[in-house]
Amino acid sequence: MDRREFLKQSITVTAASVTIPGIFGNYFAKTSKILPAAFDLVAVKGGEADVMFDDAIKALGGMKNFVKSNQKVCLKPNIGWDVSPERAGNTNPKLVSRVIKHCFDAGAKEVLVFDHTCDNWRRCYSNSGIEKAVKDAGGKIVSGDSENYYQDVSVKSGKKLTNAKVHEVLLDSNVFINMPILKSHSSTRLTIAMKNLMGVVWDRGYWHSNDLHQCIADYATYRKPDLNIVDAYYVMKRNGPRGVSVDDVTTLKSQIVSTDMVAADAAAAKLFGIEPDEISYIKIANAM
Amino acid sequence: MSGSFLRKIRIIVSIIFFIPTTFLFADIFSFIPPYLSNGIVYLQFAPSVLKFIALLSVSSFGFLIILILTILFGRVYCSSICPLGTLQDFVNWIRGKIKRSDKRRFEFLNEQKTLRLSLLIIPILVFVFGSSLAINLLDPYSIYGRFAGNFFRPIMVGLNNIAAFVSDRFKLYAVYGYDLKAFTLIPFIITTAFFVFVVVMSWIKGRLYCNTVCPVGTLLGYISKFSLFKIVIKNEDCLSCGICAKECRANCIDSDNKTIDTSRCVMCFDCLTNCPTNGIVLDRTYFKHSNIQSSNHVNLDINKRSFLFKSSVFLISLSSLAAQIQKKIVVTKPSTKPVFRKNAVSPPGSVSIDKFNGKCTACHLCVSACPTQVLQPSFLEYGFLGMLQPRMDNIASFCNFDCKICSDVCPTGAILPIDLEKKKLTQIGKAIFVKDNCIVQTQKTDCGACSEHCPTKAVHMIPFEGKLFIPETRDDYCIGCGACEFACPTKPYKAIYVEGNREHKLAKKNVEQKKLEEKINYKEEFPF
Repeated sequence: MDRREFLKQSITVTAASVTIPGIFGNYFAKTSKILPAAFDLVAVKGGEADVMFDDAIKALGGMKNFVKSNQKVCLKPNIGWDVSPERAGNTNPKLVSRVIKHCFDAGAKEVLVFDHTCDNWRRCYSNSGIEKAVKDAGGKIVSGDSENYYQDVSVKSGKKLTNAKVHEVLLDSNVFINMPILKSHSSTRLTIAMKNLMGVVWDRGYWHSNDLHQCIADYATYRKPDLNIVDAYYVMKRNGPRGVSVDDVTTLKSQIVSTDMVAADAAAAKLFGIEPDEISYIKIANAM
Repeated sequence: MSGSFLRKIRIIVSIIFFIPTTFLFADIFSFIPPYLSNGIVYLQFAPSVLKFIALLSVSSFGFLIILILTILFGRVYCSSICPLGTLQDFVNWIRGKIKRSDKRRFEFLNEQKTLRLSLLIIPILVFVFGSSLAINLLDPYSIYGRFAGNFFRPIMVGLNNIAAFVSDRFKLYAVYGYDLKAFTLIPFIITTAFFVFVVVMSWIKGRLYCNTVCPVGTLLGYISKFSLFKIVIKNEDCLSCGICAKECRANCIDSDNKTIDTSRCVMCFDCLTNCPTNGIVLDRTYFKHSNIQSSNHVNLDINKRSFLFKSSVFLISLSSLAAQIQKKIVVTKPSTKPVFRKNAVSPPGSVSIDKFNGKCTACHLCVSACPTQVLQPSFLEYGFLGMLQPRMDNIASFCNFDCKICSDVCPTGAILPIDLEKKKLTQIGKAIFVKDNCIVQTQKTDCGACSEHCPTKAVHMIPFEGKLFIPETRDDYCIGCGACEFACPTKPYKAIYVEGNREHKLAKKNVEQKKLEEKINYKEEFPF
C-alpha cells in the first residue's frame, strides 16, 4: 500500500454532512439558489489538505457542479505575505494545486490565480509556493500589482463601499472560487472568506478608513464566490495576518467548503474558537 | 599589433562592460543575481576603493587590478571599463554618423591642470572629513549609474508595460506590468543636468569631461604617465600631417610639438588607426630611451589653496542651509502640533547615517535592485552632504522583512553585507504613533492596517473604547521597516511614521510568546 493510498483510507471525514443546527441558523440559512447538492457546507478534518478537498468536493457532488466545460475559472487564494507555507500566512499550495486539478478535470478551459498582495508580490508568489503549485497544475498566475488590472465596478447594495476597482481576471471569469486561509487578524480579529476578498480590489486603504467591517460586508454583496474553500490545515492563532514565527501556528488539519460565504465564515470562526457574533463583519453581512 | 586591431579590442571590451552594467540598472525583474551584479561592477574604480577602505577584503580588489592595468597600459579603465567613458564615445560615434563632414574635428587643448588637480583633491579631502558628496557628484561610474537608473530603467519599464499591455489585451498574462512606485523630481533634475553637461561636452570636445572634471581620470592619468606602454610619436616616421591630433577625442596630442600628454590619453587607439605611416605607435617606454617629454610635476600654488578654501566654505554654508530646509514630514494635521522627521531612514547594513553619508557615492544600484522600490534617491532628507543618496521612502513602499539585496549589491561598502538573521533584528528607525491622526481615534471604527503589515508585531493592537482596538508601538521589537507607515491609510498625514536612527540598533526578538501547543483530536466533532 503506498502512502497516498494509506492517507486516503485513514482519512476521517467527521462532518461531511453538516445539517445546520438551530443556534447558528441565522448564518447558515442563506443557501445559494444554484445549489445543486444536498449540502451547502461541508467540513472535513484529519487528512492532508489536498486529500480532504477530494472528499469535501465529493460530498458537494463533485467539481462538475461548479465548473462546466470550457469555462474560465478564477481562483483567489490568500497570497498576501512573503512567508513560507508552514507559517500559515498564505493558502496551502498543495490545496491550491489540487483545486486546479479538479477544475481542469471538470473541463475548465483556463484557471487563473491572483492576489493583490501586501508584501512584495513577486516574493509572495514565489515564497508561498503558490506560483509553482499553480504552474505545475497547469493554471496561470497573474499579477495583481498594477492598478491597470483593476476596473471600476459599483457595489449596488453597499452602504459605505459603493464602488471599487476590481481585478479584471475576476470580472472576466465564469466561475469564481474563493480560497482563504483561516487565521487571526489584527484589524478584524479573523480573516476568512469575506475578508479574503479585500485582495481582489485595488484600494484597500479606502476600506480601512471608512468603517472596515461595513466595507467587507458591503463588498460581499457584489459578487458572491461560487465556492469558498477555507483552508484550516495550518492555522495561525495569533499575531495574524502576517505572523511573527512558526510558533504562532497550530495544525488543525481541517477544511470548510461552502457555497455560502457567510456560513463558511461563521463555521470557520467557531472552528477557530471565536463566536461569529464577535466578528462585526460576519454579523453585518448576515443582517444584510 | 596594429592600431586598428587594438581599436577593435577596445570597442569590444567596452561593449562587454557597458551593456551588462547598463542592464544591471534597468533590470526591473531582478534577473541578475547579486553575485553576478558584484562581478559586473567589480572593476569600477571609486566604489572598489571605498569598499576596500570599508571592508579590507578580496571582495574589493577591483581597484588594484585597475591600478596594475594602468601602470601597464595607461588609462584602459577610461577607454573601456568606465561606463561613462563608453557613453561619451557613443555620443561621439553618433555625431560622427550624423555629421559625416566634420570627421577629424578635434584639436589639441592645453591641460586645465589647476582644475583637474582641484577636482581630484577636493573629493579626497571631503571624504577624509567624512562625506562622500564630492565623490558622489564626480565619480563617473556613479554618474552613469544615475543616468541608467533615471533614464534607461524607465525606458525598460515602458517597453515592458507595452508588452504587458498587449499580452493582457489578449488575456495571455504572459508579461507582468511594472509600476514605478515613486518619482523623485529633484534628483531627476540634477541627474538630467549632469547628463546634458556630459553629453554636450562630449558632443563638442570628445573626452573633455574625462580630462578636466573626472577625478578618477585625473588620478589614473597621472599614474599612466609612468605606465609601461604608451602612445608615442616616432619622429623618424612622422609626416607631421596632424591627423592624429584631429582624431584625438582626448585632445591630448600636440602634433606641432610632437608631444602627447599621456595623463589625458584614454587609450582609444584612434590615432594609431588613422596614422598614414607608423609615425604614432603604442610602445614600451621602460628600459629604452623615449622621446616623450615628461610633464611637469604636481605643484600646488596659492591659487589652488584659496580655491580649496573657498569651496570648503561654500560647502559648509550650503549644508547648514540644508539643515533648515529639511523636508517637513507627513504628520501635520491642523489640529495637531506639526511633527518633523528628524532623520531620514538609511538602509539596513549602513550601520549609521554618518557612515552611510560618508561612503555612498549615490550610484543608485541599490535603488535599481530593491524589489519593493522602498529605496529612492534623496534630495536634502539627509542634509546637503547626503544629497542624492538613497533613503527609505515609506510613502512609496516598505522594506521587505526577508530581503537584504541592497547590502548584497552595494559596490562601495556604504551598505555593508549583512546576515539575513541580523538584518531582521537591525533597527534602522522606530515607528512613532500619532494617535490624533489615527482612524480608530478620529472615526471610532476598526482599522489596524499598520499592525497587519508589521513583521515583528512591534505595532500591536490593544483594547480601546468599546470593542475597538487601537495600535500601540513597542520600540524594542521595531526594526523601522516602514510597513506600518506605508499601510496607514490616513490622508493627507500618516498616523504612524518611522523616525530614522542615526546609529542603527539591535531590536529584540519577539519571543515573549511560547510555542502554541494544542492537543487536537482529529476524531472530535466540529463545534457547529
